Amino acid sequence: MGCDCKIRTENLTVSYGSFQALKAVNLSLHSRRIIAFIGPSGCGKTTFLRALNRMNEIIEGASTRGRVFLDGKDIYAPEVDVVSLRRSVGMVFQRPNPFPMTIFENVAFGPRLHGLARGSDLAELVEQSLRRAALWEEVKDKLRQSAFSLSGGQQQRLCIARLLAVEPEVLLMDEPCSALDPISTLRIEELMRELKRNYTIIIVTHNMQQAARVSGETGFFLHGELVEFGPSSRVFTSPEDRRTEDYITGRFG
Amino acid sequence: MKGIRQAFEEQLDELQKHVVRMGGLAAEAVEASIQALVQRDVELSAKVMEIENQIDAFNLDIETRCLQLLALQQPMARDLRTIAAVFRIITDIERIGDYSVDIARQARVLAAIPLFKPLIDIPRMAETVSRMLHNSLEAFVRRDLDLALAAVQEDETVDHAYHSLHDELVEYIQRDPSLTLQAIRLLMIGVYLERMADHVTNIGERIFYMETGELKELHE
Repeated sequence: MGCDCKIRTENLTVSYGSFQALKAVNLSLHSRRIIAFIGPSGCGKTTFLRALNRMNEIIEGASTRGRVFLDGKDIYAPEVDVVSLRRSVGMVFQRPNPFPMTIFENVAFGPRLHGLARGSDLAELVEQSLRRAALWEEVKDKLRQSAFSLSGGQQQRLCIARLLAVEPEVLLMDEPCSALDPISTLRIEELMRELKRNYTIIIVTHNMQQAARVSGETGFFLHGELVEFGPSSRVFTSPEDRRTEDYITGRFG
Repeated sequence: MKGIRQAFEEQLDELQKHVVRMGGLAAEAVEASIQALVQRDVELSAKVMEIENQIDAFNLDIETRCLQLLALQQPMARDLRTIAAVFRIITDIERIGDYSVDIARQARVLAAIPLFKPLIDIPRMAETVSRMLHNSLEAFVRRDLDLALAAVQEDETVDHAYHSLHDELVEYIQRDPSLTLQAIRLLMIGVYLERMADHVTNIGERIFYMETGELKELHE
């Protein structure tokens, strides 16, 4: 294989019934990076993201061909435990979706379920996760309050803390800031930059300026095809493909 | 394909037209300054100053437009490179305008005294500079890299002409030191024209960057 990468896809193709949402995507993603995927609605970028932790499988009629390797192991192999996979490759969604529980319980839920910690170790793990999500100082005095008492931006950071608590390797973020105000958005982006030191972050976004700000590499999807992939500094100043140029300059969208 | 950002495209188009108008004024200033010298026309010298004021006004206006486009439209790729190139191009055009004024000032002084030699090299240099500038503006409008590169290559001609002028004037000074002051004034005009050619070369490099995304020196 000869690839020193965190995730590698080989002819990854996803179909919903007869509709081919993703066409033979070949890509290598390195660890400890922020990688952004952009493209117009329906281009396949979210389908691609979901394929990286087999979330597509919960959609009726979805079929996946090709391969996805995480640290060299095929995640679609029959012996792979999907629950364990989704712990390693966690996802944050567009709308924050905290559990209808306390702030503490939201973060403790996963580690408790996976048997990662209990008692005082669990409390410490919750604190560490909330600190890593840059939320601890804001919630440390109200851990027993409902997660819904938090603002949208805080809820999103709580969802990130919830992910971090189960010790993932990869964070998938599907338009994580589109429901947030600008200040909350900037905070999440700051958090991403912090988290990049220890995790691989893959983000799908409609916000090109965000992709340009936070990511080291950007991929452009169109009609299920990965049209271009490269350093963000190049993609946004001198894209190689005319279709990328037309999209990012707003000639179509 | 009609873009969905029509207002932005129109503003970008308008910006480029302003650059061409500004460049046209600079070309006019160059030609007027050399005519003022050759024809010993003091009024024409004054006209160069007026043209230069217009160039300065364009400079400020275009810079403001560029900043607004950056802030309000968040341009990417080719659009971003165009605006970045325009920022630099207007600086080069503005400097060409300044040098025209410098030539006009020397022309005003020289108009009052008999010249010790006929003006041959200077008008030739000016003709080349003028042609380089016109071709660069054409290249900017048409995004014609070959034309931009051809203009850049003429810089060498101007450099050689300047060195010839320099050597000739030094000879004159050595033969007759009383000609020193006038010779220096003529040499300064040569310097201004040589610097103008350098600025036109910079414009060529920015056009190259606009089109290719590559920043590189096109001349030695």
